[in-house]
Amino acid sequence: MNHKYEVLIIGGGVVGCAIARELSKYRVSAALLEKEMDVGMGASCRNSGVLHAGFKYAPGSLRARVAVKGNALMDDLCRDLKVKIKRIGKLTVGLDEEDEPTLRHLKEQGDTNGVPGLRVIGREEMQKIQPGVEGYIALHSPSSSIISPYSLTIGLAENALANGVNFHLGQRVESISQQPEKGWHVRTAAGEIFEAQVIINAAGLYSADVSRMAGVDGYTIYPCRGEYYVLDKRLNGTLTALIYPAPKKNAPGWGTHLTPTVDGNILIGPTAQYIKEPENHACTPDILRRLRIEGQKLLPAIQVSDYIRNFAGIRAKQTPPEVGGNKDFVIEDRKDVKGFINLVGLESPGLTASPAIAQMVVEMVGNHLSLVPDPSFNPVRPGSSDFFSELSAEEKADLVAKDPNYGEIICRCEKITKKEILDAINNPLGARTIVSLKYRARASMGRCQGGFCIPRIVRLLRDEFGWRPEDFLKRGVDSPLFVGNVRPEGGQA
Amino acid sequence: MSIKTIHRDVVVIGGGPAGLAAAIAASEAGCKDVLLIERDRILGGILNQCIHDGFGLHEFKEALSGPEYAARFINRLPGLGIEVMTGTIVLSLSPERILEVSTRGAIQYIQAGAVVLAMGCRERTRGAISIPGQRPSGVYTAGAAQNFINMENIMVGKNVCILGSGDIGLIMARRMTLEGAHVEAVFEILPYSSGLPRNIQQCLNDYNIPLFLNTTVTEIRGNGRLEGVKVAQVGKDRAPIPETERYIPCDTLLLSVGLIPENELTRDAGVAMDPITGGALVDDTFMTSVPGIFSCGNVLHVHDLADWVSVEARDAGRFAAAYVHEKREASRQRITIKEGDGVRYVLPQSVSGERDFILSLRVTAPWRNRAVVVRSGDKKVRRKKIVRLHPAEMIRINIGKDALAAAGGSSLEVSVE
Ligand SMILES: Cc1cc2nc3c(=O)[nH]c(=O)nc-3n(C[C@H](O)[C@H](O)[C@H](O)COP(=O)(O)OP(=O)(O)OC[C@H]3O[C@@H](n4cnc5c(N)ncnc54)[C@H](O)[C@@H]3O)c2cc1C
Repeated sequence: MNHKYEVLIIGGGVVGCAIARELSKYRVSAALLEKEMDVGMGASCRNSGVLHAGFKYAPGSLRARVAVKGNALMDDLCRDLKVKIKRIGKLTVGLDEEDEPTLRHLKEQGDTNGVPGLRVIGREEMQKIQPGVEGYIALHSPSSSIISPYSLTIGLAENALANGVNFHLGQRVESISQQPEKGWHVRTAAGEIFEAQVIINAAGLYSADVSRMAGVDGYTIYPCRGEYYVLDKRLNGTLTALIYPAPKKNAPGWGTHLTPTVDGNILIGPTAQYIKEPENHACTPDILRRLRIEGQKLLPAIQVSDYIRNFAGIRAKQTPPEVGGNKDFVIEDRKDVKGFINLVGLESPGLTASPAIAQMVVEMVGNHLSLVPDPSFNPVRPGSSDFFSELSAEEKADLVAKDPNYGEIICRCEKITKKEILDAINNPLGARTIVSLKYRARASMGRCQGGFCIPRIVRLLRDEFGWRPEDFLKRGVDSPLFVGNVRPEGGQA
Repeated sequence: MSIKTIHRDVVVIGGGPAGLAAAIAASEAGCKDVLLIERDRILGGILNQCIHDGFGLHEFKEALSGPEYAARFINRLPGLGIEVMTGTIVLSLSPERILEVSTRGAIQYIQAGAVVLAMGCRERTRGAISIPGQRPSGVYTAGAAQNFINMENIMVGKNVCILGSGDIGLIMARRMTLEGAHVEAVFEILPYSSGLPRNIQQCLNDYNIPLFLNTTVTEIRGNGRLEGVKVAQVGKDRAPIPETERYIPCDTLLLSVGLIPENELTRDAGVAMDPITGGALVDDTFMTSVPGIFSCGNVLHVHDLADWVSVEARDAGRFAAAYVHEKREASRQRITIKEGDGVRYVLPQSVSGERDFILSLRVTAPWRNRAVVVRSGDKKVRRKKIVRLHPAEMIRINIGKDALAAAGGSSLEVSVE
């Protein structure tokens, strides 16, 4: 099949979805191509969910600019898209006098970058922000925050869709060619052809490959995996701020740390390990052991029974292992290849920066097309950022009275109702996998990891929508949950 | 909207074998106002998916399937006038015994005279034991797989490895085989099985399914669906020995690696917990540290047989009814019970000394021809010789109040000699 658009976005991570949403403010015909069966299956839903303040990046760098600006855009964006955000702030803690110059330097750098509210504080004030934290001095950054990366990515996509951007899921871009008169010709693995005047490469780990397909060589991505532990909600509330150790000279990264999530869990991680296969999300025994030991040191209250899951996310780094560190983001409107907007190496803080990156990119689109604002653009996504379980008893009672499906709990650990499951399955993007359901409704993300609710969800989908055993996929077509019926349905045993 | 509050004398949370027996016992003890709450559409709890037999050998002196065993109790509820709310979940429980419950129709509060906690347990998952590797589909807890096959007519896979020799895993090895799957083997990290000997015989040996002890899964492979697992023998420290690692292709991994009492509501109510059992601390009336809140069945400690759950729950239900009628405070006289050599846990953890009681315990390792000895200081309260002791089997010993009084003292120690 042939599709024709003015603008094509390749990659449905948080960056691609933010661009789609930003473009949907204008009268352009646009579509997003994503190889997976849902948006956010790459790094965008596999990270710490932290909005960075932006004091860590070199002044004048692109990373500094888009991080600070992206962070500032988040309050309005999250309100409109019903995304959970908590502005809990961060303490970068120095243990002794030696750390003071480092922290003072970070503050100065942050001030130059335009980070709001940075202060170097002493022990007493530090402990007011996070009771029990040990340290001599700290940099407090109030704009450091936590956010639901799932809701942000999905919210951006759904709102873009509602405002007219088409989403083609399960479409892996395989080749790209440019024809003198007709513009771009993009072919997917499913054999579909997409034509467009402008294409935007937001392919994350595959951004160097997509770049090469479009005729731009010279980029390489070195996948670098970060592993995590997810801790039980029992420990919810023990962390009232983000706590990071002050960076030590010559030490790689920030060391293991704990991050509370907006949903009430705590993450231990991420680690950093270069890997060969770009999408091998395996967790490894030695790293898991290290995370357990270091997590325990940071929070002695952790018990073995608090471990509920491991996961990993993969950074799209432009620096090889022997070099380490980071390179600045590449966000370019290629002069040599007309109509190709190229985004490469958007590792951290890509989540934070996504709305600012989107504004930059759409400005670049304006170099090729005339952008006329669409007066019918509606920035608001329907629904609520809170789950049913987070409401007051009175609010719950109101909802149950209105719709009895709110009175039926399907996921017992997270207390997710039948109504929320049905809403998630009927999502506008049409994503129908178990992971899609989990990212939207949190079902199976609790301590029993779906042991209780997955059988109930399967029964629900079979009874309400007639799903057959083969229709249940974990994340992609190659991940069926079942092999079929035990014996023919309706037959006699 | 304002929320209605109703009052009930005894509220039992959970409609599995524990809750059923507790509700019936409370009613038989004379309480006319018993409410049984179950979150599922039907009563019976985990028994509903246990279509194999072996239930009821002690209670009814015959071998019943899980649903048959449950029916024996369920059928008695209407005659006793016990109120049942199914499809109802308790969202929270306060120390004052106010329950916030949610049903399809409404949210309401229930003020209970006494509460019996009988929520059962859940299965330990892959995440809880941190199995390294990728996260493909095809990895199930044994109980979830049992639910799919027995309740939903859905087959989970064809080539199966099983990690953990818990009873559900053993039962599922047989079940999968009977439904045409190939079960490669069962791997157990401990030097002995954690399931009942009779299940090893009837579910593995009878079907030529090998059981590898001191062996664990070290890696899970597969991007979409499970492609295979690596297994390795473990040393004394239970760490895998790299040279013994081997790869086994399979599309399904079932986990039977332990059960965890479901005590979130219990913690809500501020009940003191036993770190070993994962359940509440209780006295000889099965009352927890919070007056009027009782606990029994697998939410209190994981049992080996449903029959023992019923026995224990009957006591809990009876004492809950008595609490409502007598407004009995926790008895002041307390004798604590501690585990000594060779004993993993004991239950109850304290007693009044006013009545006979049954001591439940589990040993730390398999032995033959030993005795379980209960002592108060250097005085022997009770000694019971046992031919076969196994961590998978719960041991129950009657202790008489006279023997307790004769020995005196304020603490007991239970050990294997
Ligand atoms: C461990 C870890 C922790 C992090 N923590 C934070 C944090 O706390 N705060 C923060 O701001 N940032 C964080 N980041 C960075 C952030 O997650 C990324 O910068 C951000 O998600 C990048 O978004 P993206 O859209 O560019 O990439 P992705 O989310 O990877 O999206 C790329 C998409 O393109 C699709 N795609 C690829 N090739 C093709 C093709 N040929 N055809 C069609 N589709 C294709 C992929 O399937 C994918 O969905 C973290 C990253 C990692 C890995």
